[in-house]
Amino acid sequence: MSMLQVSIYRYNPETDSAPYMQEYQVDTQGRDLMVLNVLEMLKAQDTTLAYRRSCREGVCGSDGMNMNGKNGLACITSLSQVVKDNKLTLRPLPGLPVVRDLAVDMGLFYKQYERIQPYLQNDEPAPAIERLQSPEERDKLDGLYECILCACCSTSCPSFWWNPERFVGPAGLLQSYRFLADSRDTATQERLAELEDPFSVFRCRGIMNCVAVCPKGLNPTRAIGKIREMLLANAT
Amino acid sequence: MVTNITNLGRSGLSDWLIQRVSAVILALYTLFIVLYLLFNPGLDYATWSGLFAQTWMRIFSLLALLSIAAHAWVGLWTVTTDYLKSTGVRVGAQIVIILAIFVFLVWGIQVLWGA
Amino acid sequence: MSTMRSLTFDAIIIGGGGSGLRAALELAKSGKKTAVLSKVFPTRSHTVSAQGGITCAIASADPNDDWRWHMYDTVKGGDYITDQDAAEYMCSEGPKAVFELEHMGLPFSRFDNGRIYQRPFGGQSKNFGEGGQAARTCAAADRTGHALLHTLYQNNLKNNTTFLNEWFAVDLVKNANGDVVGCIAMCIETGEVVHVKSKATVMATGGAGRIYASTTNALINTGDGIGMALRAGFPMQDMEMWQFHPTGIYGAGVLVTEGCRGEGGYLVNKDGERFMERYAPNAKDLAGRDVVARSMVMEILEGRGCGEHGDHVYLKLDHLGEEVLNKRLPGISELSKIFAHADPTEAPIPVVPTCHYMMGGIPTNVHGQAIMQDADGNDQIVNGLFACGEAACVSVHGANRLGGNSLLDLVVFGRAAGIFIEGALNEGIDYLDASESDIESAMKRINRWDESSGGESVADLKAELQGIMQNAFGVFRQEDNMQEGVKQLADLRGRIANAHLVDKSGAFNTARVEALELDNLMEVAEATAIAALERKESRGAHSRYDYPDRDDVNWLKHSMYFPAEKKVGKRDVNFKPKTVDTFEPKVRTY
Repeated sequence: MSMLQVSIYRYNPETDSAPYMQEYQVDTQGRDLMVLNVLEMLKAQDTTLAYRRSCREGVCGSDGMNMNGKNGLACITSLSQVVKDNKLTLRPLPGLPVVRDLAVDMGLFYKQYERIQPYLQNDEPAPAIERLQSPEERDKLDGLYECILCACCSTSCPSFWWNPERFVGPAGLLQSYRFLADSRDTATQERLAELEDPFSVFRCRGIMNCVAVCPKGLNPTRAIGKIREMLLANAT
Repeated sequence: MVTNITNLGRSGLSDWLIQRVSAVILALYTLFIVLYLLFNPGLDYATWSGLFAQTWMRIFSLLALLSIAAHAWVGLWTVTTDYLKSTGVRVGAQIVIILAIFVFLVWGIQVLWGA
Repeated sequence: MSTMRSLTFDAIIIGGGGSGLRAALELAKSGKKTAVLSKVFPTRSHTVSAQGGITCAIASADPNDDWRWHMYDTVKGGDYITDQDAAEYMCSEGPKAVFELEHMGLPFSRFDNGRIYQRPFGGQSKNFGEGGQAARTCAAADRTGHALLHTLYQNNLKNNTTFLNEWFAVDLVKNANGDVVGCIAMCIETGEVVHVKSKATVMATGGAGRIYASTTNALINTGDGIGMALRAGFPMQDMEMWQFHPTGIYGAGVLVTEGCRGEGGYLVNKDGERFMERYAPNAKDLAGRDVVARSMVMEILEGRGCGEHGDHVYLKLDHLGEEVLNKRLPGISELSKIFAHADPTEAPIPVVPTCHYMMGGIPTNVHGQAIMQDADGNDQIVNGLFACGEAACVSVHGANRLGGNSLLDLVVFGRAAGIFIEGALNEGIDYLDASESDIESAMKRINRWDESSGGESVADLKAELQGIMQNAFGVFRQEDNMQEGVKQLADLRGRIANAHLVDKSGAFNTARVEALELDNLMEVAEATAIAALERKESRGAHSRYDYPDRDDVNWLKHSMYFPAEKKVGKRDVNFKPKTVDTFEPKVRTY
């Protein structure tokens, strides 16, 4: 019975002067567990291990982390998808400050989300019932509204690593386009005006790491392309 | 709103557009030169300078020169803002780049339209 | 003690799920100094996992739909211990609350005429049960909870709500008069413990499904608000009423929406028989959840379960076709592939009844004000304490909640609490400040953990608690099992009181959070167990082998669990709606 070798990034700001990798061994009894299950088994042994988790079914976006080099959600990533040579290396999402172990400070990520005004804006008085929207108009929001803010995309994006203060990042831009594409939103011009500088949108270099890692199968690069098209159509 | 004073078009959209249009011009110019060289295997100085004596070629070349200047500036400006996090170093590098581009541009015009 | 920092708000909302965010939105708009205190970033709250939709008579699928029909279904679904004034309020105010959500941007699915898409859900009828199946559940594909929670969070951002994200509320602070005047809370990132002073404290802490070993609930659903209120000495209502959702994915516990059956899916046993036709000839797979869950267990017990161990049944969806599955149930297809390794376009999903929802909770009126009983058994308002959402028992769900009613509950009663608190603050609230010793008694628990130097581990004790609840307080219950369970829990309480917190560091110490959560699980489990033992009848989700019938003579009542004496009393059910005739208890069939 070979034990799974798990190597985990550890850092406690109160006691550690520098982060280090800690080695663990886990007996999975040959089961194809989710990475989160493995973390829970380890947490029962070593209660000092810190990470976030909530829904354990891939919809809350808490447990984004870097597993054998690739960002994803621990709760819906099975060992068979990531483990190589019986070894699993877990690190916090890259590019954000580490709070402790696998938990990162998501402040910058949320700040960029807030910057795009992620809420419907409509200055016309609301009707007594719902605002009507055709199924075709509604279809345009598919692939956009499902974002769970796990930050897997933005923290795998080199442009976001270099300019997290100024580049909105794939997650924020996906949501930006979610409102630009909504037939009920009337703030298109204001939204576009906020995005035409050289950083907010245009730092996207089409690397497409975001698309490769999105645990919900969303495509921020396509949304960014759509925003660029709208900016172009608007300005020419 | 992110503000910028050192990028070329003062807007990400115009920089993006300049980058793409200049890329197309440079591609066409490169293609033309390559094809010209292929179709003129025994090229001598007289033929070559004859080509550049024609006004349309001079205009085309100037366009390519301006494109490469703009393209280089937008591209290198992006690189400096990505990787040079110290403001002093970044501004210094940007000044060096812009001077170099300026010198090459003036020099290129002199070569094209000069004696 | 004197070094502890304090924060002061007009109102503090504990919990950043649907009800908390809806209450916060109302208060943020009013300009009151409010904050949402949540142990997770708000969009990680369990509301995000709600799938099928929000049930409400907005008359979209059926232009003649009537909120009174919805109210009838809700009262019947709750097996007649639903408070009818509360159900009336929820069902009649519902459309307003749903339209507000749409105006805020919630991306509902649509019909061709542009109106909100509604699908059939369990227990829904037209014309007071006489007009056949209704389609009343408003949906955003099968991600309605996600869409709702994000929309509410976004609108709180728009209205500049103050958030204390990743803060854990430890215990309530009461003043000398017994009024709730705030809480003790811990910033998870730093470990700092602060005294939060507030004129109104809203428990929007959600459910506690984690008292069971198998649950659809998130890992964070540990009944923190219930635990806090019980430790503060306040009674709980109908804690024996736990809904077991018919379709949790076998093995993983992950929820598969009732919307699957609403869209035409159905359950089959090992013989491929659509067995619900036998148990509920009219509604079939869309009978009340308690009815379907019991039927499934019966099939399994009688040897018609599926799989190697015959311990689950199948949910068949392949006949719906790829288009319906992709359009209406995309999230389910994803979850099924990940957790059941079954592609629903080809294979059925193995499912089993799984703990899903706590119908009981902190008793409140329709304004969200918490209620206790005086010595004569009369209702008495608890000053300063409010509850909404799953943590509250208004009670609109009675003994069994209908699918799609929880999201409606969240927004209607979150909003109602917000409106009421705004009014109360305008009129002026003035309670005695908490004294040093009041604060100290609220600090007792966290200090106990921080001073612990030996004892059993939190993870082991939690697993044991979950095992006890799973075995003795599941879908079917009986006296001797429950007696044993109550005894085991009493023993467990003593051991938890001496358990050990090894890691006492400050920064992002999730071990401390889990220890504090364990205390809350213990409180909820014990309240559930003792109330379940006391209710000697079968009603709604509470089903006993030894008392298989409903007993309207003795138990057409709410149970009230009093933590100090660990005794169960009764409270009258409200049968006096304001604008409609009372729905008299009838035999409940589907």
